[in-house]
Amino acid sequence: MFESLTERLHGVFQKLVGRGRLSEQDVKDALREIRRVLLEADVNLDVARDFLRAVEARAVGADILQSVTPGNQVVKIVHEELVTLLGGPAPSGMQFPSNRAAVLLLAGLQGSGKTTTAAKLAKHWAGRGKRVLLTALDLQRPAAIDQLEVLATSIGVPVHLDRETKDPVALAVAARRRADREGFDLLVADTAGRLHVDDALMDEVARVHASLEPTETYLVLDGMTGQDAVQSAQVFTGRLPVTGFVLTKMDGDTRGGAAISLRAVAGAPIRWLGVGEKVDGLEAFHADRLASRILGMGDVLTLVERAQERLDVAKAAELEKRLRKDRFTLEDFLQQLQEMKKLGPLEEIVKMLPGVRLPAGARVDEREMKRTEAIILSMTPLERERPKVIDGSRRKRIARGSGTTVQDVNRLLRQFEQAQQMMKRLGGKRGKFPMGVR
Amino acid sequence: MSFFKKISEGLRKTREAIAGQVVSVFRPGRELDDEDFQHLEAALLRADVGPEATDRLLAAVRATLKDAAYEGTPADALRDAVASLLGEAGAARPAADSSERPFVTLVVGVNGTGKTTTIAKLAHHYVRAGETVLLVACDTFRAAAADQLEVWAKRVGASIHRQQEGADPAAVAYDGVATAKARRVDRVLVDTAGRLHVKANLMAELEKIRRVIGKVIPEAPHETLLVLDATTGQNGVMQAREFDKALGLSSLALTKLDGTAKGGVVLAIAATMRLPLGWVGVGEGMEDLIPFEPAEYARALVEDVPPPA
Repeated sequence: MFESLTERLHGVFQKLVGRGRLSEQDVKDALREIRRVLLEADVNLDVARDFLRAVEARAVGADILQSVTPGNQVVKIVHEELVTLLGGPAPSGMQFPSNRAAVLLLAGLQGSGKTTTAAKLAKHWAGRGKRVLLTALDLQRPAAIDQLEVLATSIGVPVHLDRETKDPVALAVAARRRADREGFDLLVADTAGRLHVDDALMDEVARVHASLEPTETYLVLDGMTGQDAVQSAQVFTGRLPVTGFVLTKMDGDTRGGAAISLRAVAGAPIRWLGVGEKVDGLEAFHADRLASRILGMGDVLTLVERAQERLDVAKAAELEKRLRKDRFTLEDFLQQLQEMKKLGPLEEIVKMLPGVRLPAGARVDEREMKRTEAIILSMTPLERERPKVIDGSRRKRIARGSGTTVQDVNRLLRQFEQAQQMMKRLGGKRGKFPMGVR
Repeated sequence: MSFFKKISEGLRKTREAIAGQVVSVFRPGRELDDEDFQHLEAALLRADVGPEATDRLLAAVRATLKDAAYEGTPADALRDAVASLLGEAGAARPAADSSERPFVTLVVGVNGTGKTTTIAKLAHHYVRAGETVLLVACDTFRAAAADQLEVWAKRVGASIHRQQEGADPAAVAYDGVATAKARRVDRVLVDTAGRLHVKANLMAELEKIRRVIGKVIPEAPHETLLVLDATTGQNGVMQAREFDKALGLSSLALTKLDGTAKGGVVLAIAATMRLPLGWVGVGEGMEDLIPFEPAEYARALVEDVPPPA
């Protein structure tokens, strides 16, 4: 039925870019399409209206329509307005007071991902040399305390618990006192999920806030939320001095409409994006990057940052040297595959690349990579170094060893040969990513 | 409390949002002009009904009102349109024979929609009806998920089948359903880990769970329920589509309809996929999960506006 926001806008702009001149009506038609796309992306209705008015005011100007590339101009305006809406650069850092622990309080609706986010933020700061204490103020959901405890153990951060108490305020105070006394740099407090229409619980979180005097108070919101996102954000910001938002589940195919609406209506900036269930699935929010992603301009910056964080630089340098000497073997190919896996799921990587758009419904097959890996791992060192020696009987052995078929092995060898030839032809400008992805 | 009263309370905010905007529209004996329709459109969009289903509903209302023989109000026309949209979806996917024993329900959904709580409420519902219920804890991924389910099992008087964290969920499902068959349990509710519908390998894991359940009992799972958060926007359509593609869904359970959330996305799903709504969660209490009735939902969603004084 509907394509992604990126695809739809792409379609709209393709029409605009294809024309030499645009009439006012052309732009109006395009804007109507964009409105529909925004609504399907769950952008708040009022925000969408304001947004389109702002775009229209700039796009319908005579200069634009008479320029050589009016379509591109409109695209540029849409992008710029999106960035403005999403908010300028927001610091994801924190101020750490010198005499006591900083406190990070997380609040939000049920199921928005507070507990997972608490663990992710704790891991983030622990990884930057801070002494972090977690505390579970969610005394409502069965086993919520256990969940945080398990997560805390897995990231090696201590957690302050009290299974007996029914009073989150008292527990918050105790955790705060312990954090100060034991010289922690940061206390991350996870609270119970609550509906923003539940006055009693909203009151409770306000009291927790008052007792903790947090350095930062983040509202955790599900990135897939619909029109209600704005309203719940407004209610929370009305009761708590929220200093930032964390949007979770952004690794799905949600189109980020909630993100577009939040800044516009609730005032506080978006700080972090939650991507995935693993404890390192947390990304700093960058308005320009998200705007680019939404408009299909790719997100190379995030990809480069990830590469810097997760890839083995020494290995990469070694590989490059070998490439330059035309000594690219199956062993190198395998290493590249393994390094590439560290960058995250292929599908996500593909989305970050500019100009690469998967056809609707197409899926990148992760299993193909695994199969390739298995095949190479079933080869002897000699075979990996000199694939020419792989004859029929070796092929059979490799296929058996890797649980694949001889056809699979043949295909990989053929692909590898092509990749090798391509490397040769590319000469100095060798690609850094393997070509084995079909 | 009756279904109508409960759902009416759950949808109060929704109705107010829609009604508040269309007071003039729904005043009896008044013709609707373009501006009225624009207001109505905005109201439906605000309820997360989505552009496509909104267009369909509005077209239906227009068509109905054009008919000179039609005697109802515009509100009646909208109610009829909503009810027939949901009714068609229900007719498109008839429910399985509920006398099968054990009757196995597989419960799936993205993270944080309230699967485990919904299972607890379902279990409570069946236990109260005098059935024996076994919960199967296939969420071996999220920390303490099985503990959470166990707490619920004790509270509602169901038994539970669980294994250690990190166990293969398909193996847990197989053993759980086999246990249920051997013990002649009436109902089996299989809880699964929340997963985003775009994760191909996790969706494949679900398919495997469904497959191995079918090895124990060929017709099982008799029912596959997608749990959807009422605050979800149009992404809910994508969720429904992908889970349906992988598993073949029977119906939806809509949770958290007790906030200001509108849950209008179920209309979008009904319009595009003919997937009916089976259960509605309207509160935190164990009694607050109720079987869904399209006509009453429509009645609760679009209330008559009293003529201005």
